[in-house]
Amino acid sequence: MNTVTPNLVELRDLKVAFDGVQVLHGIDLDVGHGEAVGLVGESGCGKSVTWLAALGLLPGKASVTGSIRLEGDELSAAPRPTLEKVRGKRIAMIFQDPSSSLNPVLRIGRQLTEALTIHRGLTGESAKAEALRLMDLVGIPDPRRRFDQFAHEFSGGQCQRLMIAMALAGEPELLIADEPTTALDATIQAQILDLLVQLRSETGMALVFISHDLGAVSQVCERVCVMYAGRIVEQGSVDQLFGAPRHPYTRGLFDAIPRLDGPRQRLVPIPGTVPNPKELPRGCAFSPRCRHATQFCLTNKPRLLLQPDGRSLACTNPIEAGREGAVQAKILEEAIR
Amino acid sequence: MVQFVLTRLLRAVITIAAVVTFAFVVLRMSGDPAQVMLGPDVPQESVDAFRRAWGLDQPLWIQYLAYIKSIFTGDFGVSMRDKAPAIDLVLERVPATLQLTLPALLLKLLIGIPAGVYAAFHRQSVTDRSVILLSILGFTIPSFVLGLILVLVFAVTLGMLPSGGQGTWAHTVLPILTMSIGGIGILARFSRSAMIEVMGQPFIRTASAKGLKWRDVVWGHALPNAAIPIVTIVGFMVGSLIAGAVVVESIFSWPGIGRLLVVSVTNRDLAVVQCILLIIAAAMVISNLAVDLLYGWLDPRLRSRAAH
Repeated sequence: MNTVTPNLVELRDLKVAFDGVQVLHGIDLDVGHGEAVGLVGESGCGKSVTWLAALGLLPGKASVTGSIRLEGDELSAAPRPTLEKVRGKRIAMIFQDPSSSLNPVLRIGRQLTEALTIHRGLTGESAKAEALRLMDLVGIPDPRRRFDQFAHEFSGGQCQRLMIAMALAGEPELLIADEPTTALDATIQAQILDLLVQLRSETGMALVFISHDLGAVSQVCERVCVMYAGRIVEQGSVDQLFGAPRHPYTRGLFDAIPRLDGPRQRLVPIPGTVPNPKELPRGCAFSPRCRHATQFCLTNKPRLLLQPDGRSLACTNPIEAGREGAVQAKILEEAIR
Repeated sequence: MVQFVLTRLLRAVITIAAVVTFAFVVLRMSGDPAQVMLGPDVPQESVDAFRRAWGLDQPLWIQYLAYIKSIFTGDFGVSMRDKAPAIDLVLERVPATLQLTLPALLLKLLIGIPAGVYAAFHRQSVTDRSVILLSILGFTIPSFVLGLILVLVFAVTLGMLPSGGQGTWAHTVLPILTMSIGGIGILARFSRSAMIEVMGQPFIRTASAKGLKWRDVVWGHALPNAAIPIVTIVGFMVGSLIAGAVVVESIFSWPGIGRLLVVSVTNRDLAVVQCILLIIAAAMVISNLAVDLLYGWLDPRLRSRAAH
């Protein structure tokens, strides 16, 4: 260890390009010890790529630049053996489609004990005992019987539980959950979220929760980063962003969620679609879809700047704090018209 | 599981029965052995006597029933030419055929699979492109052309190896090469695409994310999955071990089953041809059966589907 840093992971100016097409345009992101950070945005905005890049899990054709520091140690351009010691052991990751994320031809027990062997040196009966404990911990009933089963004999929700058990095998300091509930139905989603919250409070590990489900993020995280087209556009505490979103895109995400309380309201979709990374707008990437965009926005890229209230914002023409009621009324008017 | 094996077994028996019947009928309808054996200028009495002696004067279905009955008693008929039991003539040739097909199979496995896997991990590299090119070349060249080219180069021009016949190990080199090159090409291509397909699967990313060493990801997680499609091809190759190569044995005048088949068909030596076809069908069916069972072992998803 070199210097003592307050943050567990620090990403600086992380950029990723696939075959020359830039998909990540310089991400700066810190994750503190034990902190839960949500990463929100539409499909293809670079949420997953950010963390796959950080762990060196992108395919060979991807070029990654920038800095990835884990407690001060640089991981970008680190040799493979170094990354292999970080993966699973210090930073674990679970994925979107649990059923296909488990190897179909290997027994679940073997997939679990394998992780215990490499990270904690457990073998034979002690590895099996620990694997059974982990299966029990994540809520797999009758783990002893199910130890020798295969992935297809488990439901989607159980597969995600097993993925979580496998991720916990190395006792990681950070768990990256990449849309862990997207492929599951609503009741199972809630169970998995509860499990993640519970495990975090028990183990004290940090959590990066990648999702496009704002409700899930608010349930699990303390801090949220909103990403759009390979950039972070707004970052702040859950209360700040949910109480008063200032980036028009963040605002748009909230307006697109149906409300359970209050009167029935028309949902306000964000017009247009996510831009193709090959032909991004010259100025702010969101400007073509933004109701607040000015001529300036179309030609100038906004930088992510710290705001007086502690959040970061990349917008030259944000929604003013305290005026969101009026803004919402205006948006609604437009939508109805 | 028992039901799985039983249905496969039943299917295997039906397949063999179909092959035997088809061979029996077609052989008898496609030419008169008496004419071929005795020659064109023989008096009709001799022909009739010959046909009576071999039971060819009987109606087809009676001949067929008698044939089936004798098969179950282990009697595969007598060669009209050599007057010896057909099964003995055929089994006598098996070692010679295996002397070529077994090393050829080994070459296919030892070169084809590693070449394909290597290419898969070096996609778009010069090696990868060469493997693809060579494998296409390998399995598109007909074996009679390849065999003749090899003879031309190594036997005629360079004089390094004999052009045919059986004798020293040197006699086996060219036929083995001719037999294996196509299979190497097929296996290389199959292994390559199977490996590329598997390496793109989410569970491979999981294995890497877990912190497994690259080597363990490939050997422990990718290969067992890639083995499933490869086994199909290998099963087919194992099945044709006995059938040998009719063409290659003929080119190199190798006294194996393939040559015996060609000679016996020309002579209308019914019992020998039927016996060879029966053995080839049985070998093919047994190896298919083995592949099916192997699938169940390799792929637990099939196993549980079969159990339902």
